[in-house]
This record gives sequence, structure tokens and C-alpha cells, in this order.
Amino acid sequence: MVLVLGILLALMVGVALWAMGIYNGLVALRNQVKNAWSQIDVQLKRRHDLIPNLVQTVKGYAGHERETLESVIAARARAVSAQGVQEQSQAEQGLSGALGRLMLVVEQYPDLKANQNFLSLQEELTSTENRIGFARQHYNDSVMTYNTRIQKFPDNLVAGNFSFTTENFFELQDEAVREAPKVSF
Amino acid sequence: MWEAIRANRRRSRLLIGLMGSLLVGVGAVAAAALAGPEMAWAGGLVALGIWGILLALALFKGDELALMATRARRLRKEDAPQLWNITEEMAIAAGLPMPRLYLIDDDAPNAFATASRKGPAAVAVTAGLLRRLTRDELQGVIAHEIGHIRNKDVQFMTIALVMVGSIALVSDMALYILWFGGGRRRGGGKSGGQAQILLLALTVLAAILAPVFARLLYFACSRQREYLADASAARFSRYPAGLASALEKISRNQTGSRGRQMRAMAPLYIVNPLAASAAGLFSSHPPTRRRVEILRAMGGAGWVDYEKAYGQVVGDRTPCLDKETLASEGSISTRQGQVIPAAEADATRRKREVTDLLDRMAHFLLVPCLCGVRIKVPPAFKGDQVKCPRCGRDHVIPTAQGEPAATEAAATGSSPASRAGAPMSYRRKGNSWESFRCSCGRTLQLSPAFEARRLRCKGCGQSIEIQPA
Repeated sequence: MVLVLGILLALMVGVALWAMGIYNGLVALRNQVKNAWSQIDVQLKRRHDLIPNLVQTVKGYAGHERETLESVIAARARAVSAQGVQEQSQAEQGLSGALGRLMLVVEQYPDLKANQNFLSLQEELTSTENRIGFARQHYNDSVMTYNTRIQKFPDNLVAGNFSFTTENFFELQDEAVREAPKVSF
Repeated sequence: MWEAIRANRRRSRLLIGLMGSLLVGVGAVAAAALAGPEMAWAGGLVALGIWGILLALALFKGDELALMATRARRLRKEDAPQLWNITEEMAIAAGLPMPRLYLIDDDAPNAFATASRKGPAAVAVTAGLLRRLTRDELQGVIAHEIGHIRNKDVQFMTIALVMVGSIALVSDMALYILWFGGGRRRGGGKSGGQAQILLLALTVLAAILAPVFARLLYFACSRQREYLADASAARFSRYPAGLASALEKISRNQTGSRGRQMRAMAPLYIVNPLAASAAGLFSSHPPTRRRVEILRAMGGAGWVDYEKAYGQVVGDRTPCLDKETLASEGSISTRQGQVIPAAEADATRRKREVTDLLDRMAHFLLVPCLCGVRIKVPPAFKGDQVKCPRCGRDHVIPTAQGEPAATEAAATGSSPASRAGAPMSYRRKGNSWESFRCSCGRTLQLSPAFEARRLRCKGCGQSIEIQPA
């Protein structure tokens, strides 16, 4: 009797430990997904922060390109105040377009293109565009790993009981934006 | 990818164990030959002790040792903004924290990654690499190093590096003692003498073979890792052509062997710096040509694409990557490269930038002259004025103004804590890179991004007020 009880107890403890391991693994993965998402946010914000500086520098050399500069400022304002993924991605798209036009204009000012300040801003902007792309890629990788894990047996037993739900991929509607972010200077 | 990382870890443990037993074996045989068979256990114990100490050293200080051996200097963001950005991009792509960055003063292009048990990993690049590669190529190289970090290679490589070195050391020691201390053996009977001769022969054999064996084990392991890191680099940067072209440039510019330290460090680097001796079993790296071919043959940037290209080029049925990784996703399209032709003027500019960076890190004072020459004053120069070598103008060496607090403290005899001399100050001339001298003689650098009001001198610890231009 004692022996049977002992075996039962041992089995229960074993199962509990096993479930705990899976649970902790799932939590770690879910946090990784959240972390990856916040990284995208950080980089989008970084881009917003760079633009006022860029506009100031360009103004010093190409002040009369007012229309282009103002469209960049307006696009940035829309992107900063955007709410939700849908609106945000549209606003960011608009911002990318405005920046692209600005960079076309810049081509006509060799003095500006030789300016040290502008060159470093240009590097920062290129890097930020790259980071947004890589952060999105990492986010989608994390979501893929996480979603696969919670759908597989036996992890799905634990996932179902503790309400781990599948996450959505970060997709962009416009093909132009989904292609690698590219700002050509 | 996880299966590959697990396999790496298993192999690492096995290797460290094997090397440990090898070391103990050499120690035991050497002790038996010197002091008789009954002392074998003592020799083994000593060797085990050495092994333990070395392992602990490698585990906790291995990265510092590797960086020290190459005289690498820590980089800040303002020193090399582009390299910093690229590294951060790749760290984001791999989902890793930003590694520390180091610069090695060497014109041969190369790079390595290292890590200890705690703290962030470190990536070191040579000045020659920074000077020669375009942004995309540099990205490929950094992605490869980040790949090593992600695959948990770096810790193992650092440990193994210390192990291989120590086995060579113990073997050398055993041979040395045998050679010069042979006369001090205890005299025994005739049969004992014969046994000792046999043991002696064994020791010599072990001492010669152990380092060879250790290297063989190590290199066999590290070659597979290079392929894995290449695959990771393609995956992270989504641009295999960048790494391929970087590898070509790097291997073309290797000048060959440079001293003992390089020989030990070789497996850590992205391309074997000892290209001339790199062949067959003893090579820590697969042939660069083959690595480039695989990368160039890739149709996409995913794991599957690398595996396919690997199969094509090597013609081997045994897969390079594990099944789980390959099944996890399909082919990934590569991104478009920014094809910037390296203009002649651009190359000169980059060369100057890197030289300036090295000089700044060596505490050179940069004094711009009106005639366009930038005078570089070595830190050992003690005078207050310097003459421009081209136009002959005299320049006062920029120095922080104010009463140096240290001398006042010495005059009044007060403790350093209560010194209250006139505060030191320096007025900036512009907002580019600027350097000036502290009253203690140390050169301080101000970067274009410097915006704080005070700067602490690294030499004497005084706080200097920085006034904007």
C-alpha cells in the first residue's frame, strides 16, 4: 500500500516537474517574441528622432527646397502620432517615400553631400532602415519558433491549459516596403 | 539551429575532457620516467591541477587573454560609427545583446570573436579590415562573427585555445626536464634501469605527440564551425555575396605568419592568418576558396539554400546542417546589395580615417595647421609648441587651462580628497574631433558627438570643464 502510494506520488511529482519545464520554456519563448517586437518599436522611434536633425542640415544647404522638406516633416508627424499596427505601417511607408524624395533632391547639392554632419546622419539613417528590416526578420523568426512549439505535442497540452496563444507575423501590405528597406543616396 | 548548437556543446565537453586526460597522461608518464613508476600518480595529480587552473582561467578570463594577446583596444561608438552600426544591426538580426568591439592595430585584414562565461561577447577587427572592406562586406564579416557567438562557438574556441597552448607547454616542460635533469634519476637495479629507459622513450613520445594530437582534435572540430558560422552569416545579413567578397579580399591580403602569438590565435580568426601553412588535417579553417564558392552558389539566404549550395560545391552526401534546422523554414530571398564601386578617393579617405583612429587610440595629439597639414604629436612629446613641418608656423599645443589641482594639493599637503584648486577648463575650437593635453600630460580626445560639460582625465582622474566653442 505504502509502496503504491509512493510510486504514485513520485509519478505525480515527475509529471509536475516535466510540465513546469515546458511551461518555463514557453514563457521564455513568449518573452523573446515580446522583446523582438519592442526592438522594432525602438528602431522606428530612432528613425523619427533622426529626421529633425537631417532636415536642419539639409536646410542649411538647400533651404529653397521647402516643399520637399515640409512633406518630410509632415510625414514624420503622422508617423509619430500613428496608433495601431495598421496605421503605423502606413505612416511609416509614407515617411519612407518622403525621405526617398528628399534624398533625390540632395543629389543636386555636392556641397551638402560632402558635409561631415550630413554624411554621419546618412550613415545613421541607412543603419536604422537596416535595423528595422533585421528586427522585423528576427521578430518573425521568434514568432515562428514560438507558434511551432505551442502547436506541437506534448507542449500543446501545457500551452492549452495556460492560454498560450499563437502570435501574428509582422507583415507589410505594400510589396515595396516588404522588400528590403532601401534608401539610396 | 538549436540541434547544431547542442551538438557543438556536446563536442566541446568531449574535447575538453579528452584534452584533460591527455594532459594528465603526459604528466603521469613524465613523473614515472623521472621518479619511478610509483610516483606516476603524483605527476598525474600535478597535471590535473594545472588543467583545472587553466580551465578556470580560460572560462573566466579567456576573452581578456585573447584580446590582450592581440593588443586589441576597446572601441566606442564615436570612434567607428559605421562599424558600431553594422554590429548593432547584426546583433538585432541574431537577437543577441550588442557585443563589445575592439580594434587591432594590424594592416592584415582579419577579425575574431571571443567570450568568457559571463558578460557580453567581444568582436575584434583589425585596422586593415576596416580600411579595405565596403559596408556590405564588413556586414558579412561581422555577421559571421555574430554567428560564432550565437552558435556558442566562441567560448569553446577560447577554452580550447588555452588548452592546446597549455598541453604544448607541459610537453615542452617534460622534454626540457628530461633533457637537462636526466642525470638526477635515482639509481636502481639493472631491470629498473631498463624499465626507466622504456618509460623515458614513452615520455619523449608522449611529449612530442600530445600537442600534435591536441591540435588535430581541435582543428577537426573547428572547421565544421566555420561552415556553420558562414551559413548563419548569410541568414542574418540576407546577403551571402557580401561575406563571399569579403573573404576573397581578406585571403588575398594575408601576409602570412607573424610570430608565435599568431600561430596560437589562428583558429579564432575569420580567415586563417597563416595561409601558407594551412593545408590538410592541420588547418583550422576549410579552404577559403571553397567557402566562397558555397556562398556564391547560394540561391537564397536561408539554411536550406546554404545546405543546397554546400552539397553542390563539396559534392558530399553528408549534410552540413541538421535536419531540424532545415525543416524549420524554406528558402529566404536575399536582400539587394548596395553596390558601391570603391572609388579611389574613397579608399584614400577610409585609409586616413583608420589611421587617425589608430593614432587617437595611441594618445597622439592632432594639431591642424592652416596650411592643411595635420600635425600628429606623439604622447611622449613634452614641449609646449610644435612647428609645422610644411609651412613652419608655430602651434601652441592645446592644453586645459587652469591651476592643476594635483600640484596645489602637493604644495599645501592636503589629501587628494579635499583638494580645491582652480577648476581646469578647456574651450572647444569646433565640433569635429579635437584633442588637448591635461596638466598631467595625458592627451584627451573629444569626439564630434561629445556634448557633456565635464570630462574626467583618465590619467590623473581630474574633472575638466569643457566649454563649447
